[in-house]
Formats: sequence, structure tokens, C-alpha cells
Amino acid sequence: MSAAPSRPSGGQAALVFPGLMLGAFFVVPFGLMIAVSFFQRVQGGFYEPVLTGANYARFLSLFFGEILLFSLGLSALVALVCLLVGAPFTYLLARLPRRAQVPWLVALLAILSLSEVIIGFSWSTLLSRTAGVSNLLVALGLMASPTAFTPSFAAVLLGMTYQALPYCVLVLYPSFSRLDPSLGEAAQTLGASPARAFLTVILPALRGALAATFVVVFVFALGSYLLPQLLGRPQHWTLSVLITDQAIYQSNMPFAAAMAVFLVLASLLLVSLAALFGAKRAGNAA
Amino acid sequence: MTTTPIAHPTRRSVLLGAAAGAAALATPGILRAQDRSLKVGVYGGYFKESFDENVFPAFTQATGIAVESIAEPTGEAWLVQLEQAARANVAPADVSMISQVAMRKGLSTDLWAPLDLARVKNAGDILAPFIVKYPDERVAGVGAVAWYINLVTNTQAYPTAPDSWAAFWDPANEGKLGLLALVSNSFLLEVTAKTFFGGTQVLDTDDGILKVMDKLAEVKPNVQLWYRDEAQFEAALKSGEIPMGQYYHDVTGLAASKGEPVRSTFPKEGGISDSGCWAVSRASQKLDIAHEFIDYMTQPATQSLLARKVGTAPVIGRSLLDLTDAEFAAVSSTAEPIVPRYDLYVSKADWLNQKWTELIVG
Repeated sequence: MSAAPSRPSGGQAALVFPGLMLGAFFVVPFGLMIAVSFFQRVQGGFYEPVLTGANYARFLSLFFGEILLFSLGLSALVALVCLLVGAPFTYLLARLPRRAQVPWLVALLAILSLSEVIIGFSWSTLLSRTAGVSNLLVALGLMASPTAFTPSFAAVLLGMTYQALPYCVLVLYPSFSRLDPSLGEAAQTLGASPARAFLTVILPALRGALAATFVVVFVFALGSYLLPQLLGRPQHWTLSVLITDQAIYQSNMPFAAAMAVFLVLASLLLVSLAALFGAKRAGNAA
Repeated sequence: MTTTPIAHPTRRSVLLGAAAGAAALATPGILRAQDRSLKVGVYGGYFKESFDENVFPAFTQATGIAVESIAEPTGEAWLVQLEQAARANVAPADVSMISQVAMRKGLSTDLWAPLDLARVKNAGDILAPFIVKYPDERVAGVGAVAWYINLVTNTQAYPTAPDSWAAFWDPANEGKLGLLALVSNSFLLEVTAKTFFGGTQVLDTDDGILKVMDKLAEVKPNVQLWYRDEAQFEAALKSGEIPMGQYYHDVTGLAASKGEPVRSTFPKEGGISDSGCWAVSRASQKLDIAHEFIDYMTQPATQSLLARKVGTAPVIGRSLLDLTDAEFAAVSSTAEPIVPRYDLYVSKADWLNQKWTELIVG
């Protein structure tokens, strides 16, 4: 990094606006949510500002514990699959000539313009019995009769991975494109195969970027509430689905808020663990 | 851009004028009380479009009262908005179409302005289930429209129509059903109670409800889709992907009339009868005009118009209407319906929701 001339006053002033925005649109709503999570639910009405721990007590059960674990596990799996697909893809993409990269990046950005609803409906059609890919497999003689692949856990995982992959690639892309190509060349000069060079030299060199991408995709996947409904069975519904039910259909804001607080706490914990892991390993490697 | 000195006062006066205009609009002054207009909330989308096109113009022509229609969100979000606005003495809509569960929740906070049935000519003809009252007999809501949720099938997958809700439990239908995902909108507890326990009174006790839930749990292997989104099930029913389930009688009939291979059957236990009420926010200043509106909406001619143009079932007796047999059958049935136990979704809302979620997720 080149040493920038220090302008402490200007730097502080520049932070005021983002700080205010963060306060107005994140800290205040989040504080309100925490406050509401301690309010008393009035059944058949709304809620009263009477402090109670009942909403948290209701959440502390095996039933919701399993759903929280499932949601965290599903999001981690989505992040992992995204990395497994996204890292080799981005590596190969970054090595293409600039002109050839553009169509790929445009296609990825185009996926971002699709809403979750459209993605969900498209996948449920693609995986359906009447119009889906199994008909192709039957035509090719690979299957006896068309089958529905949705609703299923695999369908939820597929849909969420599809939705998150562009983010994964776009976060990885700068690191991969900045990577010194001589690293891989040196490994291959020393006798490593391209695959071995990728696994033992390139990936460890980009550990920090990979950890950051994992966190981004994990948090993104955690908020998904439509795809699990459209592509999964009730046992694949995430905590976000149940929060939506409570907030919109039961008008039970205090309980919805308490569940959301649990989700935020659990994900903060996992994210800081991941960040710690990334920083430590990067430090060791240096 | 060049600003001449002359432009300044002009711009400012324009702004001042606009501010004064906005203030005048916002002041609930004598002028506003005298104009004959009404803000009416109806569900956004198809409902609002049909009302705007066919019903409100006829009302304005008959009474000279202008209607400003407001799109309501579904679920209970509208109830929350009305309630919070009423605390600030504001009414986002004077009259709203309100679901039965939301009506009852509004009773607990005195949200609805009491209505005077003497000012509604056809009040005596409105069927009893469609009038919602406070515990002290004050009238809070008057039936607006009704609709049925029925047993629906894809005609290609099921050449003969099933005649009973018990078809849901038939092991032959494994992986074939699409059912509504929420306890408070699927009314499957009532269906199970009527089909296997002789009526909905079994739901009076917690033990009874749990017994009904145990019976209902037996359908789980048959359910391919628990849907919140109606479009998802409708598409799957038309294509035959999910060839059986519960769905709206009117929409299914509309699809069948356009050549889709679907049918809606009134089972021998009865279709599920659900409905919406007209209710007036206590913050509304236009209770008198609201009475005129409700009076118009409950007249036999208007109820026939609603059946023909919006596809809803009438809230007054069939004999008063000039609907043909075909027109009546498209929206309703004279067979005894399954009437949802709305009281449970207020008094036991959280318990039912918890048990239901455990039932279908577990």
C-alpha cells in the first residue's frame, strides 16, 4: 500500500454520513427489534410494552433448536458448495483473456437481476414430474418414468446455491484476478500438476478471500425464506420461514423478534469463528 | 441552469401554494366532511380490480358518493395498520373488507365503529354467520362477500370426481395433495372434525383438538406441497403435477371455464365457507356515508352483481337473488357448509400455531 497523506479531520468527516446511515437504518431498527422481543404478546391483539422473557423461553425448546441447527447447517452447506464450484470457476475465469471474461460476468450479473420468486418457480418447474428434466432422462432411456425431484432437500440446496453463486464468484473475482500468475507457474516448474498447483499453492494463498466469501454466502443464505418454501417440504423450512409466519400471519411480533435475535446471535458467533479461523491461518501462512 | 431574480419569487410562491394546498388537504375541515366520498379498503390485486371496474362505479352512479379504493395487503398486516392509525385518530380507509379472524381480533381493541343495522335495509336477510358482533351485541361488521374452499382435482388424473374430503386420507393418493400451510387459513382441523368426528364441536376442548390433529397427521405422506403461495398450487394443479388438494371454488371454476383440466367439488361433508366483512374504523369521520355504502352492498341486486362479476358467494339467501342455477353454482352451494371455528384462532392462536407447526414440520 502506498502511504496516503494523513488527513484526520477530512477522514472523520467522511465517516459521518455512512455512520448516520448505519445508525438510522441498522442500529435503530435492530435496537427496536431487540426491545420488541422482550415485549408481551397479547393473543388475539398485538403486543404491550411490558417486559417479559416468555418469547425467549418459548424458543428454547428441542423443536426450535433443531430448526435453528438445520438453518445454520443448510446455510453452511450452501456456502461450502458455492466455494467448491465457485473457486475453480473463478480461477479459470480470471485466467481467460479480458474479452472472454465479460460475457461470463454479464451472465452472472444477470442472475442477480432475477428475484427469488422467479428462481424458485423456475427450479420447481425444471425439477417437476410433468415438465422437468426427468422427462429428458426418460427420452434418453436413462430413467423408466418421469419423477418429481421437488420438493426435496436437494432441490432446496440446488436453488439456494444457484442464487448465491454469483455473489460467491463476484467476491472471489478481485482476489483471483490480482493473484500473481507466476505463483502457479513456479509450482508447475517445480513439477506440480495444474490441479495440484491449484490445491496446494493457489488456494492457500487466497485463504483470506475464501473465508470472507464463505461468510458472505453463509449470511446471505441464512436470510432465504422463499426458496425453502417453494422447493422444500415442511421439514426443510428454515427459521426464516417460521419468523415470516409469526410476523406476517400470526402478527406475533415479539416472538418473531426473539427468533430473529437468536438467528442473528448464532450467525454472529459463527461468522466471528470463521473470521478468527481465516485470520489465524493467514497469519500462520505468512 | 440560470436563475433570474424574477424566477425566485415565482418558485417560492409555487412552493408556498403547494404547501398551503397540502395543508388544506390534510385538514379534516368542514369542507371535507361535506364532500360525498368514501375511502374503501379491499384486497389488492384481482379483488380491487374487479371492484374498481364493476362495483364501485355502479355505487357512485346510484348514490353520488365517490369511492377511493385502497389496496389492502392480505394477512393481518392491514389490521395492524388500521389499529396503529386509529390510535393516532387517522383512518387509512373508512370502510374495509376484513377477514373473519381479523374482525375478531379488532373486537378486543374496540377498533370497529358500531354499526346501526336499522340503517341497512336488507340487514334481516343477511345470513347469521356473516354478522360479527361485540360481546354486548353491538354490530362490528356486516358480511361483504363469501367464498368457498373446496376439494379440487385435475380431471385428467382423476376422471371421476371424489365425493368426500376422506379422499385426502386414501393411501392411493400418496404424494398427490396440495394443502394450505397455515392452521388459520387451511381450516383443515374443521374439515377433519366434520369428516371423522361428526362436527366441529369436537374442537371445543384441547384434548379434542389434539385428537383431530392426530387424525390429520395421517394425511402427511399424501401431501406433496404445503402451500402459502396460491399461484404455486394453481399451476401445479393445472399441469397435473399435484393433481388433488384444497383450493378456491371460484378461481378453480374460472380456470375450468377457460379449458384447464381442473374441477372443484363440494364434498358431501360440505365446502369450507369463508368470508369477509365490511367494517368501519373507529377513527373514520364518515360513519353515515359508510352506512349508505354497506346498505348498497347488501342489496340483492348488488350481491348478484358481485357473484357475476367478482365471483364471490352471496351473503344473503339464494331466494332473494336473480341468479340462474348455473350462475349460483359457479360461486356457491345450498348444501350445508363447513363453517370455520374462527373463535379458536383468536383464543388459542399461539397454542394452535405451535401444535400445527410441530404437526406438519415434525
